[in-house]
Amino acid sequence: MKGYQAGTYDVIVVGAGHAGVEAGLASARMGAKTLMLTISLEGVAFMPCNPSVGGPAKGVVVREIDALGGEMGHNIDKTYIQMRMLNTRKGPAVRALRAQADKQLYQRAMKKTIEDTENLTLRQGMVERLIVEDGVCRGVVVATGAEYRAKAVVLTTGVYLKGKIIIGELQYESGPNNMQASVSLSEHLKELGFDLVRFKTGTPPRVNGRTIDYSKTEIQPGDEEPLAFSYDTKEFIKDQIPCWLTYTNDETHKIINENLDRSPIYSGAIVGTGPRYCPSIETKIVRFSDKSRHQLFLEPEGKETKEVYVDGLSTSMPEEIQRKMLATIPGLEQVEMMRPGYAIEYDAMVPTQLWPSLETKKIEGLFTAGQINGTSGYEEAAGQGLMGGINAARKALGKEPVILDRAQAYIGVLIDDLVTKGTKEPYRLLTSRAEYRLLLRHDNADLRLTELGHKIGLIREERYQRFLVKKQLIEQERTRLAVTTVKPSEEAAELLEQRGAAPIYEPLKADRLLKRPELNYHDVASLLPDNGTAVPDDVGEQVEIQVKYEGYINKQLQQVEKMKRMEKKKIPQDLDYSVIDGIATEARQKLDKVRPISVGQASRVSGVNPSDIAILLVYLEQGKLARKTG
Amino acid sequence: MIELYCEDTIAAISTPVGEGAISIVRLSGPEAIQAADRLFAGKRTLSEVPSHTMHYGRIVDPGTGRTIEEAMVSVMKKPKTFTREDVVEINCHGGLTSVNRVLELVLDQNVRLAEPGEFTKRAFLNGRIDLSQAEAVMDLIRAKTDQAMDVAIGQVEGTLSRLIHQLRQQLLDILAAVEVNIDYPEYDDAEVVTGRLLRDRSIAVRKQVDHVLSTARQGKILREGLSTAIIGRPNVGKSSLLNHLIHENRAIVTDVPGTTRDIIEDYVNIHGIPLKLIDTAGIRETEDTVEKIGVERSRTALKKADLVLLLINYHEELTEGDRQLFTLIGETPAIIILNKTDLSGGVSIDAVEKLAAGRQIVRISLLNEQGIPELEESIASLFFKNGVTQNEEAYVSNTRHIALLKKARSAISDAIEAADQGLPVDMAQIDIKRTWDILGEIVGDTVSDSLINELFSKFCLGK
Ligand SMILES: Nc1nc2c(ncn2[C@@H]2O[C@H](COP(=O)(O)OP(=O)(O)OP(=O)(O)O)[C@@H](O)[C@H]2O)c(=O)[nH]1
Ligand SMILES: [Mg+2]
Repeated sequence: MKGYQAGTYDVIVVGAGHAGVEAGLASARMGAKTLMLTISLEGVAFMPCNPSVGGPAKGVVVREIDALGGEMGHNIDKTYIQMRMLNTRKGPAVRALRAQADKQLYQRAMKKTIEDTENLTLRQGMVERLIVEDGVCRGVVVATGAEYRAKAVVLTTGVYLKGKIIIGELQYESGPNNMQASVSLSEHLKELGFDLVRFKTGTPPRVNGRTIDYSKTEIQPGDEEPLAFSYDTKEFIKDQIPCWLTYTNDETHKIINENLDRSPIYSGAIVGTGPRYCPSIETKIVRFSDKSRHQLFLEPEGKETKEVYVDGLSTSMPEEIQRKMLATIPGLEQVEMMRPGYAIEYDAMVPTQLWPSLETKKIEGLFTAGQINGTSGYEEAAGQGLMGGINAARKALGKEPVILDRAQAYIGVLIDDLVTKGTKEPYRLLTSRAEYRLLLRHDNADLRLTELGHKIGLIREERYQRFLVKKQLIEQERTRLAVTTVKPSEEAAELLEQRGAAPIYEPLKADRLLKRPELNYHDVASLLPDNGTAVPDDVGEQVEIQVKYEGYINKQLQQVEKMKRMEKKKIPQDLDYSVIDGIATEARQKLDKVRPISVGQASRVSGVNPSDIAILLVYLEQGKLARKTG
Repeated sequence: MIELYCEDTIAAISTPVGEGAISIVRLSGPEAIQAADRLFAGKRTLSEVPSHTMHYGRIVDPGTGRTIEEAMVSVMKKPKTFTREDVVEINCHGGLTSVNRVLELVLDQNVRLAEPGEFTKRAFLNGRIDLSQAEAVMDLIRAKTDQAMDVAIGQVEGTLSRLIHQLRQQLLDILAAVEVNIDYPEYDDAEVVTGRLLRDRSIAVRKQVDHVLSTARQGKILREGLSTAIIGRPNVGKSSLLNHLIHENRAIVTDVPGTTRDIIEDYVNIHGIPLKLIDTAGIRETEDTVEKIGVERSRTALKKADLVLLLINYHEELTEGDRQLFTLIGETPAIIILNKTDLSGGVSIDAVEKLAAGRQIVRISLLNEQGIPELEESIASLFFKNGVTQNEEAYVSNTRHIALLKKARSAISDAIEAADQGLPVDMAQIDIKRTWDILGEIVGDTVSDSLINELFSKFCLGK
């Protein structure tokens, strides 16, 4: 192929999935001239798996993306078919939004946003190799011969790298949903010396909703109260579409068991490591043979289509068996399958090859984000894409990278886990991965991150001002509750009785009263002398959470203080671990590989013991001392 | 999490532990002086005294008000100290038992047990040690850590470690169930963990922690011997009892009151419990100076005793001296022994029972060698109730383990309190997770992936 010079950019984003779109938009919005290259324009923000966004931990990530000026929240708010608040009966730390998306609308809305964005060029093209000069990435080469130059490149190639679809005995090279796979780039990355692993994921069959007998299933409606991911959203979608719940049964399990020899997972045809948290139906039945049924959620893929996603029935069994399985399920006896489920294997980067900025250690100016880094899930991809885009743009503009820590955001937890510990299976965020879960709530994502989003130029001034007002109102209202007294009165007695709370006999500070589990902010505010000055709901919610859980919040804040001090102790990038005798051999090898940027990060590397950290610290101090005296 | 910065106060026993040698409990850090002050009863409070001075006083358990030890305490204020922090050293001379006890008390005052080599590390990090010594510091940290690891692993004996693993599994079960409820809210096959359920299970865990902690004392006894003071009026048969219990004529026995003038100690094993028997001079008001010293020592022995054997003469009426002895015992576990039952009864049994206030009364005749097996039985059962034999029971004896167990107890109590207050389950979960982590430190398992592994192995999760 004859090459030609096709243009120069600040940042090139390879891929336009959920990571790519965030990377491209963030970079362009920060003022970097940005090019997005995608194998197919039909693949922009495509959801190859379930038609949903959010859920525990993941929903918080969407909020975080929004607070940092990313797009996922806006886009899902424009295109959902139903939205629910999960875990409403638990504490605020674990509440989360989940939306069912209209897949096609979602893609179209995102594509339009990209097309409308200044500084951003969206173009179809298969990237085959990188231009690397003296260990620095300077651009990319496309299959058509186009050579693009840039100061930074972000790879967000999802599951396209050497993708292979497997359905029973059938196997073929392919990206998700029969998109073209990217083969050369994967080979090229290996040539450049990167370690790649083979992962696997899968998806269930899709069926025609017209042929489902919904009367045999349970309805799962959206919440009636208007909900939104983005702090910007003011309009809400009214006519929501329900999902439906049904179950597998002995008959289904029998069919699977009888045909296990044809399952690529058990026949050995699949070599990639799959995620434990999203097992195929055949894995569920083998591993949990005592379970007599498994839940299946029937999720419409959009308003303009009858296609329904059978959530819970992810499979790579032969098509013939998939059809037999479906026919055993209540409500699906007569169902028409439209696409079979499949497993897909792909190459992923070993993420410990990255700095926390998502730049590769090996090649300067090269960033990777999303499923290529071994994660799974749209939200995990988008969160990384945003950070990769931000840091690529900052690199191009000559600025320091932005790194979120584990107490700041789930995105920080995600990236820190990846680059510090790596992952042996496709990585999914879980609330239990965050040690400061109570601080990383979905309701306070704006309080945590808007300031930063504004500082790096992704949050517009108008929204920032709105945020400052909210922040101030929260402070004021907290002060008011701390100084205002609620006196015993008939009104108070009546309310307390209604709520099943103990009566008060002495005047009590309003915030003390709010600590009672039976009472919410509105109850307490209604007992205050000037209850006319009510604050907006989101402010009241913050005040309530901050007051009610103050004890626990403070405990976590104290731990964070300690953690931050360790993060502040930086380790020079060129530190030679081999000269520090005291460190155990295993720890030394691990540290040398991960090359943590701080003592804090070093302490999280697996196989590194407290004594190794103590010695490292002494060694670092010694260096300082040597510089001082020398 | 490991501590890298010198922000908290640490303590450890800082001289080689050993019988007889003076041992020092050393504290270093911003709260060293306040912490020591809370335990110290002397002429002045330690916060008032000038730097680099030594003070005589008593170390008192603030919980019970009991004196643990008489000690010399030195106070050294920063920066002219080894660590360049405030340092307090409590010099104890009561042997291993009481030093450990003092350290335990110190660790209850928001003071953390020092990591191996940590005093030296602080000295270095605070700029006390110069560059040339840095290498040595690293060697030291490594050596001490390895050594401590060996010791620590050796000390988590089979039964204790099994018990801790069991406790952690119970906690992990709660954790995993709560996490499934949170991360997979629609998953219908996991038990919904309510505040009540969480509370009940936490209480069960706390009970077991309490039980292990209650063995802490017994564990120590097994290692160091139960210090048993034999007291009683002159001539009541104390030395005879010692001789009978050790099956040897160790103490001189005569019919002259006041024969034993100083303390005589010997070791004996009764039903697997090592006793350190202490025969004392009969306690009475006396003018003889030699005997006076002996009597004084008896009083001290009594204070330090884990167990008191109080002898009463069956043949004679109760005297004022006898009554005083009952008050001297205080709260120390005691057995009341009526000796010389071969002679006619002179003592008022009613009066003795009243004074005994529920303590066991055993009748013996040393002359006829009667009642001695029963006495041995009573001693054993006092420490190992419910017929538990020592092999099946887990004993904690290591100060670090005791400190961690206490921490775990307070963490699980927080969870219970949270549930009581009606806080959401995922809040109490924070405390349960902490309990689980702390117990993990005892058995050296701090791998944080276990929870996620548990989640996926136990529940068939999809959505
Ligand atoms: N009849 C009778 N005499 C006993 C018995 N036990 C001890 N004696 C005698 O009581 C006398 C005092 O015994 P010790 O054992 O020396 O008494 P102690 O309490 O050690 O006396 P001090 O050391 O002088 O305080 C000796 O003559 C013993 O033989 C007993 O059970 N019956
Ligand atoms: Mg005697």
